[in-house]
Order: sequence, then structure tokens, then C-alpha cells
Amino acid sequence: MSLASVLDRLLRRARLDHDMDEEMRSHMAERAADLQRAGLQPDEAQRRARVEFGGVENYKEQCREARPFHFLHGFLDDLRFGWRMLCRAPGVSLLALLCLTIGIGANAAVWSWIEGILLRPFPAVAHQERMMAVSGTYRGAAGAAGDSIDVSWPDFRDLRKSCTLFDAFIADKIMGTTLGIGDRAQRATGSIVSANYFDALGVRPILGRGFQPDEEVGRNAHPVTVISYRLWQERFHGDPAIIGKTQRLNGLPHTIVGVAPPGFNGTFVGWAMQFWVPVSMQEAFDATGYQLEDRNSRWIEGFVMLKPGVTPQQAQSQISAAAARLEAAYPATNRGRGIKLFPLWQTPFNDAGTLLPTLGIALAVVVFVLLIACANVSHLLLSRGVARRHEMTVRLAVGAKRGRLLRQLLTEALVLSTLAVAAGLLFGYWCRNLLVLLLPSRGGRAMNLPGELDWRVLTLSAVLCLLATALFGVVPAIQASRVDLAGAIKAESASVVGGRRRGLTRWSLVLVQVALSFALLVGAALLLLSLRNMQNMSPGFSTRQVLVTWLDLKSAGYDQQRVNDFEDQLLDRLQTVPGVVSASFAEFAPFAYVTNATAPVAIEGFDNAAGELPTLNYNQVGPGYFATMGIPLLSGREFTKADNEAGPPVAIVNQSMAAQYWRGRDPVGSRFQFNGRWLRVVGVAKDSKYSSLNEPPTPFFYVPLRQNTGGTILNIRTSLPPQSIALTLAREVHALDENITPGEVITMGEQVARTMAPQHVALMLLTVFSILALLLAAVGMYGVMSYTVSQSRRELGLRMALGAGPRDLLRLVLSHGLALTAAGVALGAALTLGSSRLLGYLLYQVSPRDPLAFLSALTIMTVAALAACFVPAVRAARTDPVRALRS
Amino acid sequence: MAAPKAELLPGTLDLLILKAVSLGPLHGYGVLLRIQQISAGALLIEQGALYPALYRLQEQNLLATEWGTSENNRRAKYYRLTRQGEKRLRDETQSWNRLVAAMSAVLGSRPEEA
Repeated sequence: MSLASVLDRLLRRARLDHDMDEEMRSHMAERAADLQRAGLQPDEAQRRARVEFGGVENYKEQCREARPFHFLHGFLDDLRFGWRMLCRAPGVSLLALLCLTIGIGANAAVWSWIEGILLRPFPAVAHQERMMAVSGTYRGAAGAAGDSIDVSWPDFRDLRKSCTLFDAFIADKIMGTTLGIGDRAQRATGSIVSANYFDALGVRPILGRGFQPDEEVGRNAHPVTVISYRLWQERFHGDPAIIGKTQRLNGLPHTIVGVAPPGFNGTFVGWAMQFWVPVSMQEAFDATGYQLEDRNSRWIEGFVMLKPGVTPQQAQSQISAAAARLEAAYPATNRGRGIKLFPLWQTPFNDAGTLLPTLGIALAVVVFVLLIACANVSHLLLSRGVARRHEMTVRLAVGAKRGRLLRQLLTEALVLSTLAVAAGLLFGYWCRNLLVLLLPSRGGRAMNLPGELDWRVLTLSAVLCLLATALFGVVPAIQASRVDLAGAIKAESASVVGGRRRGLTRWSLVLVQVALSFALLVGAALLLLSLRNMQNMSPGFSTRQVLVTWLDLKSAGYDQQRVNDFEDQLLDRLQTVPGVVSASFAEFAPFAYVTNATAPVAIEGFDNAAGELPTLNYNQVGPGYFATMGIPLLSGREFTKADNEAGPPVAIVNQSMAAQYWRGRDPVGSRFQFNGRWLRVVGVAKDSKYSSLNEPPTPFFYVPLRQNTGGTILNIRTSLPPQSIALTLAREVHALDENITPGEVITMGEQVARTMAPQHVALMLLTVFSILALLLAAVGMYGVMSYTVSQSRRELGLRMALGAGPRDLLRLVLSHGLALTAAGVALGAALTLGSSRLLGYLLYQVSPRDPLAFLSALTIMTVAALAACFVPAVRAARTDPVRALRS
Repeated sequence: MAAPKAELLPGTLDLLILKAVSLGPLHGYGVLLRIQQISAGALLIEQGALYPALYRLQEQNLLATEWGTSENNRRAKYYRLTRQGEKRLRDETQSWNRLVAAMSAVLGSRPEEA
């Protein structure tokens, strides 16, 4: 049967129904006429004709079933009827729709985040399913999120040469840099990449070209760049003749050779790259110096493209073998070092790794919310099922089958959830970029955390729709269609004490809601405690009265001598500003994306059992740094202006380094070798936190800026707020050079808080949704309590007649509410303890079983339950025994 | 009810309808009357049950329909046999006869013949 004739039949359905009706009536009229001829009265003849014919509607239905695609007709009927029924009780329908929309919308949004950030973060890349992240390992340990072990360029090139299962090795290193715009400098984010970058990713520049193989060879030999579409549009106004023009990057003129296509933001989840330069330009962009020939300096964050059909296991074993050969060939630098491949969602060095636990929690939260919403909708439908008992009874009496009624009710549920999916997807679409707003700003630099509402998310939502229908629709439908024809005329007699099946269903729905909202409340409480601990925790430096900003002079064309002069003059000027206590420059700021450099050091008098030099973290800081930051010195002195190019090389070590390498002796006066020079230790600083509050005490040392390469981070100790210092600073800087603009000024406290973004996002999601869940559960409990009270008026009246006072009845209802809450809380507690591992990643000095969290969640839950039961309880207490028993 | 009446075997209603219509186009009530007339009122058919069967046969292209006027001047839908319907009637009649012969042989057998 062709599609056209199917459509034709569907459209002609009304006429066919009409024909059928006429045909049957004609039959009965003929029969009545015959009966009349046989001597019956006209009235009696017509009655007999109808009786002999049998159930007209029933036969009509059977006739319709004889038609092909009758199930489709039935479905369309059900849809239309379902829609009418929804419109008939608009309040209930809208409430149900709202619950489901929130549930499904929240799910769609979170899935789109997971899709766009973890699973398929690079939509512009041709085969991202074959892409894996590469990270180094040290003695079997891979880098954790934010703490990755990078790969050196010589190792990277050797791996590329010796591994055959890969289409490409892609080197990629994110860097913050300055973009010269006219006379001003603007902060920009770019990547240092291998020459194959664009070809290997299958990203074709829309103008010009990608990089050529020879452009990754030669120290600073190829100042060329590919710029992003957005930079091209915003900075160059889409100039079609852009290729061949130059752009100053970090003070160095670069020739623009290509423009990346729109939608390609590079390959670092969370950040939108504005330009790319080839590996050969590494030194120009990296403060730590030339690293392309040093097998011991590890800085590359890379990816590989597997050949089609190669499994991750095969790839891993080949690359491990290659790493083992490197270890054997270069024991001095590679002992204990390996290479590990990660699926993109576990990428250890970008925001995928940082957001993984948060997104995991978000997923659990939205699934909980959906379950709660489904329970609530089930409630609503159950209540409506009671109201529609009469309708069902009539329909059964005129011959409808139970299966047919069930189908009808499920179709109604499907209508509801389809509408909810449509609204939910809209909601999800609006929320897809919300994550960026939830995260703290990054000094105005372009963030990029888009959700992807692709066909996978859409399919999942459709599946969710069916699942939700099954979850919230089946129980009420079965209940509503299970009408006892004989019993329907009898009044239902549920009671507070005795629960029939229908009562049981309601009670268990409320139980589930209480359990889920309790779990969410505990989660929120745990995160709150954890955040409070983090905020109260001292990172080892002052967070309130110290500000941090940056000042980039090199890109404005300054050489080292002019930088030094400028910085000295600026510090002198700042000293005279009222309210400023002190100021000092440094190379890195704690809790930034990069917080330190690393170098091997040889410590005098430390006999090294392992036979290799320890690699330690360090920072370069100016005079007065420790006083400015508020880091106490345990012995010795702080750096002074005398610790400059002319003075003897010195260093300050931290407590952990002193303890580990001098074993309790005061290291002041001892020496260690660093970068080929012997440094004398002049002080010991107290340990502080460098990149995260969770990190264990780490050996760390400081060297003077003037005896090393210099830095751009400016710390200011002051009682003034950041905004006013920002103005003062801009004024003082402009007085020295009009073309220089300082970066964003924030407190160190803000700097630390920005690293707690995952906890903040998780806390916000949990708080919002646990309040929502609590409300839904309270509404559910109110519903079931008032229903039960109204159904058991007779029993309540009887109790009263037998001597129970209003107080007793109040207590009776409240105690039932509390018993229900207790059961739900017990279930929820079990659920929370079972899933606490999920939160564990984000918790800071809080046990997932923290009694305070459980206790506060219990209190909130109990108060909510009492509030929900109070009105029904009062109603029960006001029962008039005479009227209740008489009715 | 004077004469004993037989319940229809499942599936036989279709065959009865095809046979009734093969003698000339009929409307629904006419089919009923024709069957009662041929069987001398021995077969019991609930009147409404006729229609689902008529619609089924029509869907299988065994019957064709057209609207006409009954003897009592009422608008009525007439059913007639199609080419396919004729063939089906022949086939079904043959297989029915074989079944009846076989059943009679079995039911009419005596112990010594078995």
C-alpha cells in the first residue's frame, strides 16, 4: 500500500466512519420494518431491532480494527482525546508540565555540557573520535587534573618517528601573551603548535594556509601565525587582504599566513584560542627560555590521531614500547618516564579534567531531579485518576477493553512528556552556554565552554521522554483502568491507618521523593561545609590585603634594561601612594594557570641515593616579596635591592625543602646548584600553597628577579579596595609611559577563589535543585496527607466519637507524616553513603559522612515535612464527628 | 425457539458471507436474511457481528461495495463478490468439503473398522 493511499485513508476516516454509522442504522431500520410487518408496535419493533443487533459501538470499533493502520487511527484519536483531557484540567496539566520541563530541561542542558566539553569537544575537527590526549608519566604516575606531566620536544619528535599506528602527533601548548594593537597591548590566548596542526586535525583555513613542515625547524626562525576567525573579524574587521600583513605578538612582528574557519577555537577545552604559532617560535612566547633541544624540559601538551581501526590499547602498547626505548637510550633525562594516552574526556591538562567531577555531580543531580519530577507528576495523575474514575467506569460499561483504556491513558502521559521534552529542549538550549556564566571570569579572556545539542543529545532526550512516560504514566494508568465495575459505586474507604494498594502507591512515591531530596540536601550541605573550610583555610599568604595584577612591557618593545628601570620607577611611585604598604614584582602568581617553573638542582651535602638530581619548583621574586605577600620567614632574610646582577647569587627555600634536603639543619648559609650557578641560601620561608588548597606541602624555592629572567606579575599590599588601586595604578603607569595598560587588578583572595570554581558550580547546582526537590517533595507529602485525611473522615469522626481529642488527631496525622519522612530519610541516607564517592573529589577536609551535614539535612527535611503535614493535620483535628459519621 | 440452532464455528462466518453474496449483490441486512433463508434459520448469527466480517473481507479485496437503494427505498450499501472473492469461495468450499468428508469419516467410523 502506497504512502499516498495510507494518507488518503487517514484523511477519509471521518467519511468512512459516517458511512459505517449510516450502514448500521439502515440495517436496524430494515429489521424494524420487517418486525413491524410481523405485527409488532413501531416502538417495540425498533427496540427489538437494536437489541438483536448488539453493541453498536463495540462492533464499530471491531470494524475499524479490520482496516489497515487502524492502530494509527486509534493513536490519533488518543492523541486528540489526550490533548482535550489535558486542556480540561489546565492547572494540573501545567503543573505537571512544569515539573517535567524542569526535569527534562536540566537533563538536556547537562548532557549538552557533557557532550560539548567532555565527549566531543572539538566539533570542527574531522575525526575527533580517533583523537586522544598525550601526557607524560613519572614512575608510573600520570598527571592528575591540573597537575599533568608534559612531554619534551625531542621526546615528542622521537615518538612521532617511531610509532606507526598513528596518523599524526600534534603538539599543542596554550600560552597567554600580548597582542600589540597599535600602540597598546592587549592580553590574548594562543597556542604553540607543531607544523602539522591544521592538516592533522582536518581544519582548513578559510584564507591562506596552515603551517608548513619546515616552519617548526630553527630557533625563532619562522615568525608566522594563523589567526582565529573571531580575531580576524574583531581586530581586523574581516579584512580580505589580511594574508601577508604583520601582527605584533609578544612584541615580535609575525606574518599572518592564515585565518582559521569560524567555529574552530583550538584544542584546549575551556579556552578560545586567538592565534597559533609554530613550535620554532617557542622561545619568544615562553618565559622559561629556549626548550626545543632540551630533553629534560617538558612543556608540550599534545594529542594523537589514531589510524582508523587502531584500538586505544594497541596504540598505548606501541607508544609505551617507544617510551621504554627512549628511557634506555637517554637514562639521564628519561629514567622512570613513560607516556600515557587518555580519551578526550579524561584529558589531564585542560578544563575537561577540572570539570569532570563537577559534571559527574551535575549529571547525578539532574537525574535525581527528573526522578522527583516524575514522582510528582505520578501524584498529579493519580489524583486525577480518582477524579476520572467515573469516566473510566462508564467507558468500561459501554464495552471498552481495559487494554484500550490503558493505551489511552499512556498516550495522555506521552502527550504530556512530549510537550515537556519540547519545552525542556528549549530550556536546555538556553542553558547550553550557562556554564561559562557560572564559572568565575578569567580577566576578560575568551572562555569557551559550549554545550552541544546535537543529534545524540536529542536522541537521548527522546529516550528520556519515553522513560519518563513509563515512569510517571504507567502506575496511574494501571490504577485508573483497574476500575472495579461493581465496586465503583461503593465509596472508597482509605484511612490514615489502613492503606489499600492505591494508598501504598502514593506513599511510596512520597518516600522516593523524600529520599532523593534528602540526598541532594546532604550533598549541598557537604559542599557548603567544604567550601567554608576552603575559605577559612589559609593558603600561607595574605588573601585580603594583597592585590595581584600584571604588566607586560616586553611586548611594548622594552628591552630588559628598560623593563628594570620602569619597574623600579613604578615601585618608587607606588610607595608614595597613601594606603599602599609595599609592592613587589614576581614571575608567577600563586593559583594562576602556571604557578611555577621547574629545574633540576644539586644540593651541597645532600647525598643523592637515587643517583639523579631532584627536580624542584621555583619562582622568581623581587625585593620585599615576602613582606608584601605576607609569607613569614622562619630564619634568615628576605631579598633586597642588593640582590641584583652585581650581587652574589642567592636563594630562599621553603620549610619543606629545608626539611627534606637539609634534614633539620638550618640551611641558611648552605649552597645548591641551579642553572649552572651555585646559589647561597639566605632565608627559609614558611610553606604556602602554590596552585591548589588540596596540594600537600611541596619543596619550593625562590630566586631574585634581577639575577634571573624577570617577571610581569605585580603584587601590592594595601588596605585600599582593588578598584581604587586599579585607577591609581593606571595613572602611575601612564605617567611613566602612555602606551602601557596594566592588567586586571584582583585580591589574592579572589585569585584563590577562582580555583574553587568547580566546587562553586557544584554547590550552586545542588543548592538550587535541592531546594526545588524539597518543594516538590513537600507538595507531594501535602497532597498525599490531605487526600488521606479527606478519605478517612469517617474513621476520624469515629475516633472522635470514641473520645479522641483534636490534639490526638493532630498528633496522629503528624506522626504519620514523620514516620514517612523517617523512612525516606533512611533510604536517602543509604543512597548518599552509596554515592559519596562522586562528591569525594570536590570535598575539602570534610568526610562524605560528616554528621553535621546529615543532621542539618535531617532538620530541614523534618521542618519541611511538618509544614507540609500541618494543614491536613489541623483539618483532621477539626473533624466534626456528627457530620463525618452521618455523611 | 422451535428449531435447535447451531453456533457458528470460528472462521465459518466469512465463508457463509461469501456464499450468500455469490448469489447476487446484497446489503448487510440482506446477507443476514439470505443466510437464515438458505440455512432455514438453523444458524445463529448475532446481527452486528456481521459487519466486522464484512469489513475484513472488503479489506482483503474479496468483496466490493457500492451504495444503492433497498427494496424499502432506503439508502444501503451493497456488497458483491470480486474476481478474487469468487476464487476464494471456490477454494474455501473445496477445503470445507474435504474437512467435512474427513470429519464425517472419522466420526462415522465403527470400532471394527478402526
